[in-house]
Amino acid sequence: MQFWPKKNNTNFPDFWWEYLDLFNDKDQNAPLKDLRFVAFDTETTGFDYTDDRVLSIGAIGIKNNSINVSDQLEVYLKQDIFNEATVEIHGIRKNGTLDKISEGDAILQFIRYIGNAVLIAHHANFDRIMINKALQRQGLGDLKNKIIDTGVLFKNSKHQIYHNDRRHYSLDELCSELKISKSDRHTASGDAFITAMAFLKIIPRLKKDKQIKINELLALR
Amino acid sequence: MKNTIAERIQDFLKQFPPFDMLQKEELLSVSAQIRVLYVEKGEYIFRQDTACHDEFYIVREGAIGLYREFEEDENLVDICDTGDLFGLRIVIIKKNYRMSAMANEESIVYAIPSVVFEPFIEENKEVNKFVLGTFAAHARNYFTETEKGQRIDNTISIEIAKDLSELRSVSYRKKPITCSLEDTIQDIAQKMTKKKVDYIVIVDNNKCPKGIITDSDLRTKVATGLFSLVSKVTEIMVSPVMAYSKKLTVAEAQIALIKHDISHLCITKDGTPNSKLIGILSDHDLLVSFGNNPSVLIKESKRVKKLQNLRYIRKQIDKLLKTYLEQDIPTPHLLNIISEINEALLVRVIELALKEMVSPPPVKFSFLVLGSQGRREQLLLTDQDNAIVFEDVSEADYEITQSYFLELANKITKGLHTIGFEYCPADMMASNPRWCMAVSKWEMQFRNWMTTPTEEGTLLSSIFFDFQHVYGGLVLADRLSDVVFEGVNKSNRFLSLLGVSALQKPSPLGFFKQFLVEQNGEHKDSFDIKIRAMMVLIDAARILTLYHNLKGVNNTLLRYEKLAELEPKNAAIFESCAKAFRVLIKFRTRQGLLHKDSGRFIKLNTLSKKDKLRLKRCFRPIRDIQELLRIRFQLKTLM
Repeated sequence: MQFWPKKNNTNFPDFWWEYLDLFNDKDQNAPLKDLRFVAFDTETTGFDYTDDRVLSIGAIGIKNNSINVSDQLEVYLKQDIFNEATVEIHGIRKNGTLDKISEGDAILQFIRYIGNAVLIAHHANFDRIMINKALQRQGLGDLKNKIIDTGVLFKNSKHQIYHNDRRHYSLDELCSELKISKSDRHTASGDAFITAMAFLKIIPRLKKDKQIKINELLALR
Repeated sequence: MKNTIAERIQDFLKQFPPFDMLQKEELLSVSAQIRVLYVEKGEYIFRQDTACHDEFYIVREGAIGLYREFEEDENLVDICDTGDLFGLRIVIIKKNYRMSAMANEESIVYAIPSVVFEPFIEENKEVNKFVLGTFAAHARNYFTETEKGQRIDNTISIEIAKDLSELRSVSYRKKPITCSLEDTIQDIAQKMTKKKVDYIVIVDNNKCPKGIITDSDLRTKVATGLFSLVSKVTEIMVSPVMAYSKKLTVAEAQIALIKHDISHLCITKDGTPNSKLIGILSDHDLLVSFGNNPSVLIKESKRVKKLQNLRYIRKQIDKLLKTYLEQDIPTPHLLNIISEINEALLVRVIELALKEMVSPPPVKFSFLVLGSQGRREQLLLTDQDNAIVFEDVSEADYEITQSYFLELANKITKGLHTIGFEYCPADMMASNPRWCMAVSKWEMQFRNWMTTPTEEGTLLSSIFFDFQHVYGGLVLADRLSDVVFEGVNKSNRFLSLLGVSALQKPSPLGFFKQFLVEQNGEHKDSFDIKIRAMMVLIDAARILTLYHNLKGVNNTLLRYEKLAELEPKNAAIFESCAKAFRVLIKFRTRQGLLHKDSGRFIKLNTLSKKDKLRLKRCFRPIRDIQELLRIRFQLKTLM
């Protein structure tokens, strides 16, 4: 878990204080269906935590075992850093026709949107660090939310005979094994939706158990 | 703001009414407000007689069954596939649901908030008409269903009628066997014998049916000497024939056969005897559609040309099972019948898959079923466990040969899935390259499991060593059992390890003789009858048959029977084990039929005191057999 930011923290904007306030409640045993989850994905200019930037964030809310399409966020960011090589993957051009906002605005919208939801992402570490780097650039602290990695969840749902600790499963592998349609793969929103779908499908497979507690989920490695 | 997800949902919805009747922007705003639900097989979306949800549903993927409970029976009213709407009550009446909606397979469903859609129903006439129509159709279905159920025969439910409309080709035979008015009795007797039928229809030059002769006519009119072999068919034929159109329903056909006391109906083009004969429907065909006769089901599965029809036969098995349990048919007999039908189905699925392949198999192969199916102990539909063994080929041809059989296996497992056998969650199926190999590789694999036993190897060998050959070259399967027995003779160590795993199964009773139940998980407080009771009996029987080199005895009950003959001093233990196993398997099947699942987890609070005692009595032999294993293989030192 993250610690309090070490920097001088008196200059935080209001929205960040509001965000921090949401984490005072420490209920670890709420049933999954009562919790709000947010599945999210970022498209970036590359895989370097320092040099590369977030180009878009897609996120969608899950509550009561269902995906709420009305509870979603899709933002595209103005970035000066640009990497031709990844354009053909995510399809976001530097001066494309999409409405883009500044990184600061995007972060504000994202933080307000997620609140204290439990975040879900595939290979979550990458998205978490990319967001944290953007937060740092805005002079803010790290994400406070609990984060679940669908890659880890999926690995734990495999039958013991085929269980392999070292194996990493790509989102494409999840799609084909869980029979999830791959439409809009490699857009932030599309991948966020796929991740949300994967989450709903994996949960019943874990110990065949819907009553699994949030702290049990977070403890999976 | 761009909303990719809503756009994709809109793309889906716009293919189906009533959504195709909305403007693009209207539909996008609806799409942005839906919920996406994932439901597992057997999960309810709503239940009959509960308050309406404030949303209605459309199936995105999978199948949702609508059920109407009626005097404790749950009847399937309709199945909703991709694009079908259900739960429309909220937009029309807003009263309690009259039906339950349950996922027949894992499904994705979109929930559309009623308030979002209501304006369109009020303003758009087309939408209004469609929604009312869909709602009425569902409502009508359950009315006719209950009426029929009471009036004619409770075996005729909508489910069967629906299946039969798909099964037309099964329920009446096209291309009936015919002869002309000029033929003699001997002519037609020869023809009927050659074509292996019990009837012949006499037609005129315009192919209109003029009369019919059946086996019983030949017996009563010819064999008795009333007519000679050279008499004309017109002298003994039954005329006029009963003719119907092909729109005849099952119920009508049944009534017609009973009313006229005949065994065959002619199906003609316009439904009168004065038009062309297009088919024949026999009481046998009708019987098949009710499916309460195992030999009929087996016969039928050999004839069927489509997977869907096999699926229908598989569904009949559960009905059969229910009746047999009520009649208290002895368990070994029950296991036999169900396994025979299952095997007939499997063979047919393999034959159909082979037909689909572009070329015949390059070498001989054997298709094996494993685990409970291999032991012929599978009563309820569980998942499929199977494997393919093929003849050895040269190194150069190996890859291409294996890929041929993998393709075949893929078709077979898919076919089995279609008729109702779930895929194996552990992927123990012939479509997995690990379980589709040449015979020498299998031999190596088996030897490997026995000589260098690991936890995985012990687990897998307990599944794979209970195999049963169902199709192809039996010799290949025999070679594998030889390897198993040869390996056992060489080292007792392997048996000891199997023994240890049998002893390590969690015990059924606690210190105070109370049932031990699952501590957590979905089945919390349920009793796991498979792991805590049946597995030990199954494992012990297998270990001891291996110990005695008993080949070809794969069934747990049969194994105990043979063991009792071989070790008379322990006969009492083995007989009590067999008895306990019979009780347990029936227990599990009853539970499974009751809850529409595998029956593995038993809710103790649903059992009567008497049932609990019966169950507890089965645990004594489990302890005894574990003790026997412990002593025989000196397992104390290994544990």
